[in-house]
Amino acid sequence: MLLLKDIYTFYGHIEAIKGIDIYVNKGEIVCLIGSNGAGKSTALMTISGVLKSKTGSITFEGEEIHRMLPHRIVAKGISQVPEGRRIFPKLTVRENLEMGAYTKSSKLRVKSEKLKRQYDKVYEMFPVLKEREKQMGGTLSGGEQQMLAIGRALMSKPKLLLLDEPSLGLAPIFVGKIFKTIKELNAKGLTILLVEQNARAALKLAHRGYVMESGRIVKEGEGKKLLHAPDIKRAYLGE
Amino acid sequence: MKTILFILWLSFLSVPFMGLKGGLWLLSGIVLAYCIFLIIKKSSNLLKEFRLPEIPYNLKILYALIFVILLVLPFVLKDYYLDVIILAGIYIILALGLNVVIGFSGLLNLGFAAFYAIGAYSFALLTTNAGLGFWTSLSSTLFITALSGFILAFPALRLRGDYLAIVTLGFGEIARLTLNNWDSLTRGPNGISGIPSPFVFGFELSSLSHYYYLVFIFVLIAVFIVRRVYHSRIGRAWLALRDDEMAAEAMGIDTTKYKFLAFSFGAFWAGLAGTLFASKMRFVSPESFTFMESVFVACMVILGGLGSIPGVIVGSLILVVLPEVLREFQLYRMLALGIGIILMMVFRPLGLIRSKG
Repeated sequence: MLLLKDIYTFYGHIEAIKGIDIYVNKGEIVCLIGSNGAGKSTALMTISGVLKSKTGSITFEGEEIHRMLPHRIVAKGISQVPEGRRIFPKLTVRENLEMGAYTKSSKLRVKSEKLKRQYDKVYEMFPVLKEREKQMGGTLSGGEQQMLAIGRALMSKPKLLLLDEPSLGLAPIFVGKIFKTIKELNAKGLTILLVEQNARAALKLAHRGYVMESGRIVKEGEGKKLLHAPDIKRAYLGE
Repeated sequence: MKTILFILWLSFLSVPFMGLKGGLWLLSGIVLAYCIFLIIKKSSNLLKEFRLPEIPYNLKILYALIFVILLVLPFVLKDYYLDVIILAGIYIILALGLNVVIGFSGLLNLGFAAFYAIGAYSFALLTTNAGLGFWTSLSSTLFITALSGFILAFPALRLRGDYLAIVTLGFGEIARLTLNNWDSLTRGPNGISGIPSPFVFGFELSSLSHYYYLVFIFVLIAVFIVRRVYHSRIGRAWLALRDDEMAAEAMGIDTTKYKFLAFSFGAFWAGLAGTLFASKMRFVSPESFTFMESVFVACMVILGGLGSIPGVIVGSLILVVLPEVLREFQLYRMLALGIGIILMMVFRPLGLIRSKG
């Protein structure tokens, strides 16, 4: 579904990603783990088009999206939950969700039935958002904001969801809930590319995983296998 | 403690204007008022329980009433007051335009007077030099100002916050200095005079009350359109851009396009305000478009409430009407304005009528 080939991404002169190849099959959860500064988030931002790779290609469903502008890529069906949630603090929960459907609402009328069903789906998944519908996004707790951020990304009915550190800074009870949600979403057919520091939880969840180290992929394989690989255990799982 | 310091500082500020004696009077006056306030507050809960009797009113009827009052104003008011109100109307349009840029999209623009100037000068030149009629000049002026907004948006794409403020400030000065020095076109500091009065459907708008209605209609149109755009997809995109640019991008909003749009749309209204100004004054000169003018309009937007349309209207009315009312106290006008804005920051940091979004 998604194929990254030979990607080199720079910040100015600093080479953040030094040639990576990643593929994601339809219906999979693929996770990208690694320590701080390994280039995980940079890889996601390169896919979503915010950053550009100097070389290589990114194809999504057989179509080259490498040189596309971010908003065009979102319209293609790749939705992103940015690191640190980044909800709109001064818009209400409802309006936040509305922004998520931005690429769709040009074709659909804002009050259309289809869009309404989309809201209902999100509210069904996160009932707390329904309760807080009219509240400002900034007044939600961290966990609720993460739910809102995921809900917002789902509003555009993506084919592929990019999740950047969804468990970052959350209480353990929320972390569990978020990972459960990811699993449920995947069971419903959504393909997910997950970037996580919480390697154990991520690898348990993922079908396949990639381990990144200073801009390169050092190991890849099935999630369960990586979970039991001795060098991974030592480096990332603290055993 | 804070309050006491505040009072002392206020009185100290007034010393250069009112002399030592005046300052002391002011000090004792404020202290007295504050004591009375404290006594009332402490002695009873009456103040808390006191409610204004609720008058049942219908918002629609209220609006209709205001509308009717505004319609008959020219028959009642003296020319001087009418003049002030027309000016207020022009500033409302101007502030609405700036509100799009600062309030909706969060792009700090301190050179807004430049667009106002470009509007006024384009109109003046088109009517005097080119001899075009009111409507042709108006539409070309609007096009020119919107285009100038588009051009300023280029550097704005790369800059944010304070840096953008400096660039726009520079743009404002460039525009003013150009007008001041391009003698062959703009006649420099002498300005352009003899702008003919507009003909609307063959009817010459010559008296003040005619202008009043013209400005009134344009204000209504501006409020209507800005409101509609605010509630549209475009307005939503601007709000998202203001709140978090990166997230907006991740939502699939073409941030580049909407920044261009915000600048052009804001400049468009400045062009309209400039046209009305030039047409009413029959005369334009660079003096009317200084940096202070930009600050003044920004004050209107901030005082009224960033992003709030009724707020901006109230802010413009206050800032145009108040200095006229206080004309007798010439010296203290700026002082009063400064104090007013500081008080607002303390008590209503989001503006008089805050926006919901």
